[in-house]
Amino acid sequence: MKYLEEKIFKIIMIGAAVIIMGVLIYIIGTVFYKGLPSLTWEMITRIPGGGFYLGKEGGVLNAIAGSVFIVAGALVISLIISVPLVMYINFYLPNKSFFANAIRFSLDILFGVPSIVYGAFGFALMVYMGIKASLMGGIITVAMLIMPIMMRSLDEVTRLLSRDLPDALLSLGSTKYEMTKVLLRQLMPGLTTAVLLAIGRVIGDAATVLFTTGYTDNIPSSFGQPAATLPLSIFFQLGSPVEEVQNRAYASAIILTVIILILSFSARYFSSKFSKNKI
Amino acid sequence: MRKIRFVKDITARHIMLGIAIFTILFLLVIGFSLFFKALPIMKEKNLWLLLTSANWKPFKGDFGFLPYIISTIYVSLIAIIIALPFSILTSIFLNSYASRSIRRFFEPVVDLLSGIPPVIYGVWGTLTIVPLISSKIAPKFVDFSTGYTVLAGGIVLAIMIIPLLISIMTEVFRSIPREMTDASLSMGATKWQTIKKVILRKSFPGIIAATVLALSRAFGETMAVLMVCGNIAQIPHSFFDACYPLPALIANNYGEMLSMPNYESALMLAAFLLFIIVILFNGLSRFTLNQIEKKYQFS
Repeated sequence: MKYLEEKIFKIIMIGAAVIIMGVLIYIIGTVFYKGLPSLTWEMITRIPGGGFYLGKEGGVLNAIAGSVFIVAGALVISLIISVPLVMYINFYLPNKSFFANAIRFSLDILFGVPSIVYGAFGFALMVYMGIKASLMGGIITVAMLIMPIMMRSLDEVTRLLSRDLPDALLSLGSTKYEMTKVLLRQLMPGLTTAVLLAIGRVIGDAATVLFTTGYTDNIPSSFGQPAATLPLSIFFQLGSPVEEVQNRAYASAIILTVIILILSFSARYFSSKFSKNKI
Repeated sequence: MRKIRFVKDITARHIMLGIAIFTILFLLVIGFSLFFKALPIMKEKNLWLLLTSANWKPFKGDFGFLPYIISTIYVSLIAIIIALPFSILTSIFLNSYASRSIRRFFEPVVDLLSGIPPVIYGVWGTLTIVPLISSKIAPKFVDFSTGYTVLAGGIVLAIMIIPLLISIMTEVFRSIPREMTDASLSMGATKWQTIKKVILRKSFPGIIAATVLALSRAFGETMAVLMVCGNIAQIPHSFFDACYPLPALIANNYGEMLSMPNYESALMLAAFLLFIIVILFNGLSRFTLNQIEKKYQFS
């Protein structure tokens, strides 16, 4: 009897795992199946031409460029803030310090704050500072979203670092600041993974940039101009009643999915490299 | 020469401390600024009335949040109910049955599922789930449904929270001491009996915490749900009615709100509500999970 139960549940469990995997394949497959026919070079190399939203010529280069600019800007801001922070809680504060744990806890909570709330807060902040919906606003808001993600994954790899190296450095008479500089080099693969993961998480996020970045058909040339983003571009094209435009939304979805796939796999590659270094 | 080194060290230390304090205060900053933005409408109207009225007519100055709150709860609950069995079964499978190679094969699956952007989920939902509901599932229960329904939102959301649930639950299951399961197995219990009587019972708090965490994630999910759930401001009466969750409300109305009195304030109140609920849920579950992790480290 108990062996029968065992067998039944094992089958159910394998079934659940297979279904989850199937759903993933189904999602990616659907996007490719629907979008592949409309995916052309023009899509990635041109900005929307006249009548783009009526099905005429053009591409989504504006959105790709906008997304890249925003994520790059946000990345710079968040690296400047998160690298020192993670170094501080790991190397400056004593092991198991209450302060470090409080920071980790607030990072966990910041990580859980929905992106739409960051978007609303970013918008309020921009109104307060007198910035219009622009590249700058998008960068600031996305930086807020990216920071907890990056800090947490960086913190995780930093904690895995063995304590021998810091001890050796300190006993040689280096200051903690000098020690951190050396350790940071050791952490490079981990940092790369953290950055790639963070990019993957935020490049597809639409809710934060919805009201902070605006939308435009051109490639922004300064921080004060509005910018298009890939997820919003997909969303707006999908809302069109014209069929060609909808098809192009699916093609844009392929572009976004491929970007995510590349980021995810390269993050995986770098993290496996990191664990090799660790020995 | 020596002095400069120490000055550098001390300066760096102070800058880092500043950043650390800023990080902790950042939550408060977000909370307070949303609160102050929401204050005008709370002054004008009774908060309780705002939350329990179903009357949403911004043109007349009526802001009743009830339809949105109920929609959010419905969609999230459906998502949890669908996602929970799948995630528990899969994480048990990965933890107790799967070989190392299967586990390593499954890691990127979970990674990718959590990495796929909400918009893509939304596109997929409108392409597959919505037509499926309107043509296959709904006709068995109701006369007519567009497919853009509570159920569609719930299904899409369920898939989006499964990776979160799986990754936390595998951590929780891993934290159970090996001696415990070994003891049960050596007494002649089958693997499933051990799972049922030892692992599941022992990790119950962790599972609850993971569920609460996933629920808070579900509350805040915007784009994907917005694209499949219909966005009609009504209290949904069945799974096959359209609904309008809070994040979708904020996202959809941002452009036009500045022209109407109190509209911005009302939307900020929605964001504030979302923020508070998510913070509470997150705080509680993270605390529980940290507690579990701590026990595991010392035992």
